[in-house]
Amino acid sequence: MSNETAGSTTAATPPADTQWDLWEVFTQEGEGAPHEHAGSVHATTAEHAMQNARDVYARRGKVVSLWVVPTTAIIASAPSDAGPLFDPANDKAYRHPQFYKVPRGVRGM
Amino acid sequence: MTAGKRKTGDGNGASADWVAGARPSTATSGISDNPFFEHLLRLGDDRLVLGHRLSEWCGHAPILEEDIALANIALDLIGQASLLLKLAGEVEGKGRSEDALAYFRDAIEFRNAQLVELPNGDFAMTIVRQFLFDAWDVLMLERLAAATNKTLAGIAAKALKEARYHLRHSAEWMRMLGDGTPESHRRAQRALDDLWPYTAELFITDDVDRQAAAAGSGVDVETLRDSWRESVTRVIVEATLAIPKDGFAPRGGRTGRHTEHLGRMLADMQSLARAHPGASW
Repeated sequence: MSNETAGSTTAATPPADTQWDLWEVFTQEGEGAPHEHAGSVHATTAEHAMQNARDVYARRGKVVSLWVVPTTAIIASAPSDAGPLFDPANDKAYRHPQFYKVPRGVRGM
Repeated sequence: MTAGKRKTGDGNGASADWVAGARPSTATSGISDNPFFEHLLRLGDDRLVLGHRLSEWCGHAPILEEDIALANIALDLIGQASLLLKLAGEVEGKGRSEDALAYFRDAIEFRNAQLVELPNGDFAMTIVRQFLFDAWDVLMLERLAAATNKTLAGIAAKALKEARYHLRHSAEWMRMLGDGTPESHRRAQRALDDLWPYTAELFITDDVDRQAAAAGSGVDVETLRDSWRESVTRVIVEATLAIPKDGFAPRGGRTGRHTEHLGRMLADMQSLARAHPGASW
């Protein structure tokens, strides 16, 4: 997964003491709507992260709820696993839900 | 402040009217005999001046997120100032718009407390100034939300939501700076010591406040002192900072006597409007 060119041994990580922790921000734009990933902010505490998330992602209205999560709490799938994890779904049409008729009046499908 | 919304269709006539209305009626501090007008100027000018000071941080704050936060608060305050000065102009009844009041008065005609005109200093100075003001502002707006003048009550109710967030933001920063590193603690304490004397003016009630309060649309600011003291003490203690001793207490902003800093700030803030009166964008 490393993109570093051969021979480069010094990783370009910022000094730990000058950069605050990263938090992922999720915003909900209406009651019943899903919380969707909006982006990330730097912050020192959960309260600080909440305030920064509010100022960066909720200042132009619409948002009714915010989640902030330490980025380190996110478990991400590895790009190298994309094949085994996701490809099998593509050629099994019977797994797809389009064979079902969605009743009229159902929203958000 | 509302230049963006100003219609230009009326041509030069409208522009000339606006400039005429903008001309101050007197070159002195000219304290009006209308206490409600004076009270509204105090409320509006506090916000206009502090909002402009905060806007000076735009592009210079220590981190992107805080840059946006300070700009948000500045915009909230300038928005409140716009509404309050518009109402003040209507109450005065001399045809002065909020823009005329914001951009065509000189320092001696401003009624803001001296606390909000002080230079930004370092980040700690800006945060401590904001915190001391926010804690007072929330108490003011709670009272004003019950004003008999419905327009003022409406403005206050809207502004109160914003002010509560401002206080939450500045109080959190007080704790982070005071209870942070030795350097941040030292700077926060120095800012608190420097700014504390200027808070006294926020609680000096004069005839203007008394008469506006008696008419149901103003605050007898002296009655806010105990609640404010309690509210700021809690945060200052949590921030491991020491409350400065009361002593020297400069005053005068409410009657037009300001520090040397306000004039320079206004020169910057008003230069565009004065160079191009009535311009729209």
